[in-house]
Amino acid sequence: MKVGIVVFPGSNCDHDAWYAVSQNLQQQAEFIWHNSASLGDVDAVILPGGFSYGDYLRCGAIAKFSPVMQAVKKFAKDGGPVLGVCNGFQVLTEAGLLPGALVRNANLKFVCRQVPLEVVTTDSPFTHRARKGQTVKLPVAHGEGCYIADERTLDELEAEDRVVLRYQDDCNGSMRDIAGILNEKRNVMGLMPHPERAADPLMGNTDGLTILNSFVTAGAAASRS
Amino acid sequence: MNITPDVVAAHQLTPSEYDKILSLLGREPTLTELGIFSVMWSEHCSYKSSRVHLKKLPTESERVLQGPGENAGIIDIGHCLAIAFKIESHNHPSFIEPFQGAATGVGGILRDIFTMGARPIAVMDSLRFGKLDDVETGERNQRILEGVVAGIAHYGNCFGVPTVGGECVFEKSYAGNPLVNVFALGVFRHDEVFYGKASGVGNSVIYVGAKTGRDGIHGASMASAEFTEESKAKRPNVQVGDPFMEKLLLEACLEAMKTGAIVGIQDMGAAGLTSSTCEMGSRAGTGVEIDLQYVPQREPGMTPYEMMLSESQERMLLVAERGRESEVVAVFEKWGLDAVRIGVVTADGMLRVKDHGQVFAEIPNRALADEAPRYNRPYSTPLRTAPLDGPEIHSRDLTGDLKELLASGDVCSKKWIYEQYDYQVRTNTLAGPGSDAAIVRIKGTNTSVAMSLDGNGRYCALDPREGTKLIVAECCRNLATVGALPIATTNNLNFGNPERPEIMAQIVECIEGLAEACRFFEVPVTGGNVSLYNETLGTPIFPTPVVGIVGTLETALPIGTDFKRPGAEVILLGGLGTPDAQQMGGTQYAKVIHDSLWGRPPALDMDYERRVQATIRELVRERAIESAHDLGEGGLAVTVAECSFGPAGIGAAIDLDSELPPELLLFHEGPSRILVSTGNAERVLAAARKNTIEALIIGVTLEARVTIRNRKRILVDSRIAELAGIWADSLEHLLHDPVLVNTNV
Repeated sequence: MKVGIVVFPGSNCDHDAWYAVSQNLQQQAEFIWHNSASLGDVDAVILPGGFSYGDYLRCGAIAKFSPVMQAVKKFAKDGGPVLGVCNGFQVLTEAGLLPGALVRNANLKFVCRQVPLEVVTTDSPFTHRARKGQTVKLPVAHGEGCYIADERTLDELEAEDRVVLRYQDDCNGSMRDIAGILNEKRNVMGLMPHPERAADPLMGNTDGLTILNSFVTAGAAASRS
Repeated sequence: MNITPDVVAAHQLTPSEYDKILSLLGREPTLTELGIFSVMWSEHCSYKSSRVHLKKLPTESERVLQGPGENAGIIDIGHCLAIAFKIESHNHPSFIEPFQGAATGVGGILRDIFTMGARPIAVMDSLRFGKLDDVETGERNQRILEGVVAGIAHYGNCFGVPTVGGECVFEKSYAGNPLVNVFALGVFRHDEVFYGKASGVGNSVIYVGAKTGRDGIHGASMASAEFTEESKAKRPNVQVGDPFMEKLLLEACLEAMKTGAIVGIQDMGAAGLTSSTCEMGSRAGTGVEIDLQYVPQREPGMTPYEMMLSESQERMLLVAERGRESEVVAVFEKWGLDAVRIGVVTADGMLRVKDHGQVFAEIPNRALADEAPRYNRPYSTPLRTAPLDGPEIHSRDLTGDLKELLASGDVCSKKWIYEQYDYQVRTNTLAGPGSDAAIVRIKGTNTSVAMSLDGNGRYCALDPREGTKLIVAECCRNLATVGALPIATTNNLNFGNPERPEIMAQIVECIEGLAEACRFFEVPVTGGNVSLYNETLGTPIFPTPVVGIVGTLETALPIGTDFKRPGAEVILLGGLGTPDAQQMGGTQYAKVIHDSLWGRPPALDMDYERRVQATIRELVRERAIESAHDLGEGGLAVTVAECSFGPAGIGAAIDLDSELPPELLLFHEGPSRILVSTGNAERVLAAARKNTIEALIIGVTLEARVTIRNRKRILVDSRIAELAGIWADSLEHLLHDPVLVNTNV
């Protein structure tokens, strides 16, 4: 099982994702530079948090044009698991791999805090090891994490069971408290909270392993098939 | 342009300083040269008023690899690892333009760290503002606070360094002169250290990073003058920061250093091109010749004067081995950054600045970097306006007083501030904001670094020497409380106008107090910053030395400050103390309940303090205790309350037996005291006995309530939820709805 971690100029949670996968989960992890047109032989991809290209124009707006994102699109189309965390979620919506958008937090302030979340669905490669309705506590750290979409999209996401995580306390004004969603094929997930920050017992919280363990076992399954 | 006395004065150089320039050059300077001298000889760059006294500080120990004089101090932490750390002020820019002033303060100190080859792993901030509820200045103080916090968040979060702690204080004396002191710490291996030296005649001088613009011209000399009404017109002097550019610069510099082609490197901080060229040359005993036509420029038509004085951010100067320049340039190109050869290292010791071949400045590097005037300014006795005796202390409602203290700006939770900072990025923050000391682990080792940043203007206003010693003791105690051994110090000395003998006396007393305490606690000073002229319209700030001390400990899950379960015994290490009414004058109780300042700071016995610290360190390392919290501002009552604000909702029933008046007993701030909870009281008492310190079992933990009795009389009694609510939300109310803070409603 090998996880590729995309590095954009301005990514700053890339090492955290690498550490969680390689040290806490004991899986292979490697970095993929933004101007690489190929993902190599990875079984799963993480788009990490940070400020890709300085988040100039809009968060994730420039990243979507990078060569690596063309490769990620193809990888996702072929069914490979893709996890976008924080800025990675923003990049996925900008790139059209996930619907909706992430805008400035309702109170216009960056928020760094541990928040409780409800696992809404376990029918996904990212949560199949969780319990439906389970509460997980994960850190958030973002200035633009307010999820918005038109009513039809929101209804569709709910009808198709594609909302993965919901905030139990409002921390950014997201519509319908949405913290994480899936694409139609259920192999691409974006979420604002940081599971990689809750993967090490020394950090005092390992709830993120619920998601990361699901993700790497799904990646391993995908590579066997 | 002729150099008239007016031109000299406009550069904030005195006639005698100008005479010194004439004799060093043997001729009249050009305007460019005058500009260069004015920034290098400014108080900000030259420390001309403080240098003779800074020499009194202890700077050596077995662990010190680099003391003062470089971009940052370096300390050995074992296993071939070292840390680089330093603090810098950005007081004046943050008053004029809070957001960018604070943001570029963060940017500047981060460059000081990674220019040495260290990857920054933590930032802390010490902030001081005027009172948020002040009738006249409250709104402005709120605006400055909001701008400063947003600026720090903007820069640190995007750069990807966690902001793990600090302090924030509100005091009238900072209303016209807020203090923004930023501390940064980085880690590297011993063989990764780089210095700011332009060695090797014939080597190339290379400019990297952002383009040069007209921003920040004369920032250093602005930071060395008092504020007047005209200061607002200096807003264009404040630089604009780009944290994304700095993040690229960090990654590119660390990668370029690995090529082995870099000989020396320094960031372009105050006075940009000027300070980096002459300081690197001076340290190596070489000359540096540059031609400005090669400098990447943001706008056309800049004069040599403007380019040499520009403080555009996110720029570095490096010296690369001749013939290997392309290896360095290739790395910067990968990161999309400019890297241009602008000059060469020469043998003649001169800073020679050309533009298209024409010479605009030619000054010996040493004259700029080392020959700055040094003043042994006259000093009298420290300025003091507070009386020795205060009002009669008598409280009718001690629980009410505790609530007022918990709601006050200095004591209340700083959640509103620190939740805007990413304090977890890099996943190393074992203990972040709200802890006595922050703890950041170093991955791949079993070592963690702990750090504490503290100041106390009130204590220092009453007694600069004793106040400073108390701050050092408090920092060391904070570190000990999380189990760390303090190993080194940095400091930011914030004062008024040193040309006033009573202010100069404050500076001297503080430095001597700092020297004495740092020597005693074996925490040598490896660097720091001095910020003078912090006065507005003639009113100086409180003397405010801010001290940052770092320590090391073995990586482990921190025990935390909060009570964990009901039924644990609560023990006060260091005892109840023996304060008198005069020693209450500097406390938060005096400030919040009496709106007053009088008397003397609490009494410190450094030897006793050291034994208390040894005790707690031992207990934390053995994990013989379940929680530990240092008694600081607000005294015993505030500490008991804070220990009750953990996620478990566990408080305590405290039973005291003391002759002290209840106000003193609850709220005095005597040092050398730590509150712990434990299931193994015997072990705690034995450790205290061994170190010959007092340890009193004062109560037991229980659910949901905090009560404090003395000889059966109930002094404080409240539900935790009520106290916690006041404490947690007060700062936000102070900012957005000051009326709600009245806790009697």
